[in-house]
Amino acid sequence: MKFTDFFKKKSSGETAKDRLKMVLVSDRTNCSPEIMEKIRSDILEVLSKYAEVDKEALELKITNVETDDKGTERPALYANIPIRNIHHTAK
Amino acid sequence: MGEVIVVTSGKGGVGKTTTTANVGMGLSMLNKKVVLVDTDIGLRNLDVVLGLENRIVYNLVDIVEGNCKLAQALIKDKDNNNLFLIAAAQQRDKNAVNEEQMVKLTEELKKKFDYVIVDCPAGIEQGFKNAIAGASKAIVVTTPEVSAVRDADRIIGLLEANEMKEVQLIVNRLRPDMVKRGDMMSADDVVDVLAVNLLGIVPDDEEVVVATNRGEPLAGNTKTMAGQAYMNICRRLTGEQVSFLDLDSKKGFFSRLFGK
Repeated sequence: MKFTDFFKKKSSGETAKDRLKMVLVSDRTNCSPEIMEKIRSDILEVLSKYAEVDKEALELKITNVETDDKGTERPALYANIPIRNIHHTAK
Repeated sequence: MGEVIVVTSGKGGVGKTTTTANVGMGLSMLNKKVVLVDTDIGLRNLDVVLGLENRIVYNLVDIVEGNCKLAQALIKDKDNNNLFLIAAAQQRDKNAVNEEQMVKLTEELKKKFDYVIVDCPAGIEQGFKNAIAGASKAIVVTTPEVSAVRDADRIIGLLEANEMKEVQLIVNRLRPDMVKRGDMMSADDVVDVLAVNLLGIVPDDEEVVVATNRGEPLAGNTKTMAGQAYMNICRRLTGEQVSFLDLDSKKGFFSRLFGK
């Protein structure tokens, strides 16, 4: 980060670039909201066999992650699933 | 054997036709024999940008339907003996021509010209499919705006899916003053987002409007920034190494003084 960056808020050019990166991730993966919803319910169904999951707090998104030191980016499915309780035996 | 290059963008109004006209003009000034093909059937414009609107007798649809010989539909430029236009039909629609017909036509043109430059209509429908059918290289034109870059990304994806051998980017209508104050993405930002090779940067220049008003493309006019930029693009297309005009420096006076 540059020294001068401390004094200014994000410029509209940077905002544009960030928004573009986000929108292109979902464009490129061709993942519609319906498909995301299906993935979400399928994950919940499988996980609920083994654990009690906080369904409301489940976060699911497609995001870019760096895959190596060179900074190559790939889309990845990101899931944050809070578990309330793990079942000791599978249901 | 010549090269077939398609000029495309996805979004309308980013400067495909202006780019086609200027690249054609510039290449012909470099002593290359060039034909420009307008595939925007129903919404033709390349003829007016070149100032050739009063010379059209036969058009692209006439050629593919066999109403005329190929040579009869080649309209020679006003000043430049190396530059020709095949106009689009104005009273028909995109479905009047198909991909096989375009491949056949470009194959024929390749034998007679060094460069066959195809001006693609906006959109991703039949007109786009026709325009890319015979091309081995694509020039994607975008402006540094979110909407145009998003569509450019979609087009690049479709070009790759259609096995286009080479895809290069022109960032058009860049405003160096806005880039400098952080209110416009730089060419580097756009290249970074799209991950594609940069062919050129054309600054926003009032002279482009003046040139279009007159029907005289400004490529090669060294008094204008855009004219220089187009000429550099043409030199790069012929394989010459030309450095980019320094337009998009984000650094202000102090950061220049103190380095990064």
